[in-house]
Amino acid sequence: MIKLIVIRFLVGGFFVSGFSVLGTIFKPKSFAALFGAAPSVALATLALTIKTDGAFYAALEARSMLGGSAAFFVYAWCAMILLHREKPETKFATAGLLVIWLIVAMALWWAFLRRGA
Amino acid sequence: MTMSIRVNPAALKEAKWHEYAIRFFLGGLITVATGLIAKSFGPAFGGLFLAFPAIFPATATLIATHEKERKRRVGLDGTRRGRDAAALESRGTALSTIGLFAFGLIVWRLLPMHRAWLILTSAAGSWFAISVLVWRLRIFLHRA
Repeated sequence: MIKLIVIRFLVGGFFVSGFSVLGTIFKPKSFAALFGAAPSVALATLALTIKTDGAFYAALEARSMLGGSAAFFVYAWCAMILLHREKPETKFATAGLLVIWLIVAMALWWAFLRRGA
Repeated sequence: MTMSIRVNPAALKEAKWHEYAIRFFLGGLITVATGLIAKSFGPAFGGLFLAFPAIFPATATLIATHEKERKRRVGLDGTRRGRDAAALESRGTALSTIGLFAFGLIVWRLLPMHRAWLILTSAAGSWFAISVLVWRLRIFLHRA
């Protein structure tokens, strides 16, 4: 169990760091920003889940990822509007708005995803 | 006029080592958390967290800080510029979530019937292609 957690941590860290390096080196900035929603955690998690729990289990996780992605869109769009119009501190705005992601993701899960594939 | 995509490796020198360490740590943490949530509450719930914006707040804050510092070095208050850079990052990220949705869709529909590495690679390629397409489309519509 501990070994699996350590492997997950290292693989997840590797994928997230790798995509964030790509986001750093590309120009223009509007293009580099696309890496903000790179499937880094998804790739790391799914690759390991396929090994441990099989393809059907991983596919079910990917199905729910659709709800998470839609919530991510709402979150990022709200962050853009808030930063552009209200001028808050970036760290407080982006961290505080994670509640929006949680609410939208939970709502979509409750409405469409909780019954399984 | 077309907006060309360039690679600037020198940008890596601007970031400090601890900024990469934070991203590595948060990435590792959310990957572990996603696995544990799926084990406790099932894959249909845990899967939501495959698209959790875990490192976005840290990335946007670092971008705003870098822009602010750059302006300060030439004697200007870069607070507004920093926030604008973070807002731009948010917009690009929002566009890219459309590609992330496609990634999930491809893995969900095709993974059980095909080789895993092929599906994950195709899904990642589709994320990139769709994100770039949406980005280009937005520029085109903005200029039209």
